[in-house]
Amino acid sequence: MLAYILRSLMQGLVVMLAVAFIAFSMFRFVGDPVVNMLGQEATLQDRAELTERLGLNDPVPLQFARFVGDAAQGDFGISYRQGRKVSSLILERLPATVELAVLSAIFAFVLGVALGVYAAIRRDGWIANLVMSLSLIGVSLPTFLIGIGLIYIFAVELRWLPSFGRGDTVALGWWTTGLLTASGLKSLIMPVLTLGFLQLTLIMRLVRSEMLEVMRADFIRFARARGIPERRIEFRHALRNTLIPVITIAGVQLGGVIAFAIVTETVFQWPGLGALFVNAVQFVDVPVMSAYLLFVAFVFVLTSLIVDLIYVALDPRLRSGNPAMAK
Amino acid sequence: MQSEAAIPVLSVRDLTVEFVTRRGTLRALDRVSFDVARGEVLGVVGESGAGKSVTGSAIIGLIDPPGRIAGGEVVLSGERIDNLPDEAMRKVRGRRIGMIFQDPLTSLNPLYRISEQLIETIRVHTDLSAAQARARAIALLDEVGIPAPERRIDSYPHEFSGGMRQRVVIALALCAEPDFIIADEPTTALDVSVQAQIIALIKRLCKERGTSVMLVTHDMGVIAETADRVAVMYAGRVAEIGPVRDVVKAPLHPYAKGLMGAIPSLEGEAKRLVQIPGTMPRLSAIPPGCAFNPRCAQVFARCHVEQPELIAVGDRRVACHLYDMPQSLHDASHGKPEIAA
Repeated sequence: MLAYILRSLMQGLVVMLAVAFIAFSMFRFVGDPVVNMLGQEATLQDRAELTERLGLNDPVPLQFARFVGDAAQGDFGISYRQGRKVSSLILERLPATVELAVLSAIFAFVLGVALGVYAAIRRDGWIANLVMSLSLIGVSLPTFLIGIGLIYIFAVELRWLPSFGRGDTVALGWWTTGLLTASGLKSLIMPVLTLGFLQLTLIMRLVRSEMLEVMRADFIRFARARGIPERRIEFRHALRNTLIPVITIAGVQLGGVIAFAIVTETVFQWPGLGALFVNAVQFVDVPVMSAYLLFVAFVFVLTSLIVDLIYVALDPRLRSGNPAMAK
Repeated sequence: MQSEAAIPVLSVRDLTVEFVTRRGTLRALDRVSFDVARGEVLGVVGESGAGKSVTGSAIIGLIDPPGRIAGGEVVLSGERIDNLPDEAMRKVRGRRIGMIFQDPLTSLNPLYRISEQLIETIRVHTDLSAAQARARAIALLDEVGIPAPERRIDSYPHEFSGGMRQRVVIALALCAEPDFIIADEPTTALDVSVQAQIIALIKRLCKERGTSVMLVTHDMGVIAETADRVAVMYAGRVAEIGPVRDVVKAPLHPYAKGLMGAIPSLEGEAKRLVQIPGTMPRLSAIPPGCAFNPRCAQVFARCHVEQPELIAVGDRRVACHLYDMPQSLHDASHGKPEIAA
């Protein structure tokens, strides 16, 4: 089992290095950093000095090693546009994105599993059919349209919820939270629904089909033949077997939620990392872009690592150290 | 008239199972009737698709849609069970009828310890506390021949070999001491060396407990060794049923003769194995009259028009017109039916 975790960690490390290389390359291929920092009117001497100071004359592998070393310590350089450290820009924006994404993920997973199980158990019921039809709409509607639709209904027409921003936040050390104020909570509702809806429908459909598959398994039949009550078969025997493949896929999807909240943040003027990235792209702010790229990769690596650990907790066949036993 | 002991544990009468499909209704079981006496082992043999497994599923009430019991009745110790409501039938399953499946590798939930699955089943059917149920589970594992049961009980299914898993499956089926066990090809998925052990185990346990068994298999060797009586099924119907000695040594039904002729024997001179020509018809294309008529060497006019009913011949019953011929209708070209060899 330790070997299994170590292998997951190693894989994560390789992924991070590969992404770091791409992020590093952006500095060289997306514009000239010297021009970006000094502007068009700088003298040749200024440029030569800065080039030397930034270490751009060093061999590329050395530069890369320095980049990785700095990034590992949380130093992503200085934003071209804002002239501030990228790390502090990211830390400022991080709480907004994390709160939005985590709540969306919880919303999508809890409701997705519940509705999926319901749709599988009441396969022929009209509510289940209705839920399935609605989920098809959810899968095919683009995220921004859901967001704009919600804004139109709840902000413009009904005036129940604010249409943009985080509302009032409370600072807990460097972390700012919108969870402790009424306006902060109200501001979260629509962005969370918007960001989580697509994942919700995907998870629900996945849970339903996996559960129907598991309910056909021999061990379910054998449990029935032993007189185990149907509810117990569904929620004890079938659900846990259903969740193993669901968690793998849902984990990757939820990583995507955290990483790509860009559209939702743009629609709701959410002061998070996605908005920071969109601005950075507009102004070719390479240090911010590359730091965001690394952040996204880190989130994916972290979620897949967590998924692997949950996997081990759920499936005893992995714990005995022979992953080949698991099908 | 009948004494307590004479009431069969299981009595199946005219059991008919149909599968409603888009291309029409398929009849998987057609008026199947048999009894199983207390403590008796009834072997059920036949080719794949003859209706052996469907019979077991129908008795225990686990026919999957679109299949359904379309007629007949199943009576367990004098009580009709085929029309019980779901919840009442659930209590019959496990408690009064146990079932052992073919593949022990897939019969156990891979995510739960053996102990959890055993204790769950025991507690569903009895009022035992968790500790008592655990003690009983350990005793059961010991009985089915799992070494060091108090240690092995907390293992997961994948930590057992195939034969050991089938022992666990048997322990699970016997948890609540049912009167009747359906063993659906319990050895087919096992190594040959393990098969005999498992069969001996089932036989011993049921003998000790007085449990009746319906042993579904296509292994005639297992039947000959284990069963008291045997039912030969063909295309969803019972072709012949009777004491195992008679049916195996001197089958009456032409299909049963073919089936027995296809068993290799080590004793005596090497005879050519007899094959039955053709294959069993699909459910969608069962010929009128006797279902076996396209493959039967002794077929005659009546076989094409009239479906034979089970008729008593000595201790057994056979569904074949050869044994129900008024003298006047005798087809001279076939001569007198040979009754025994």
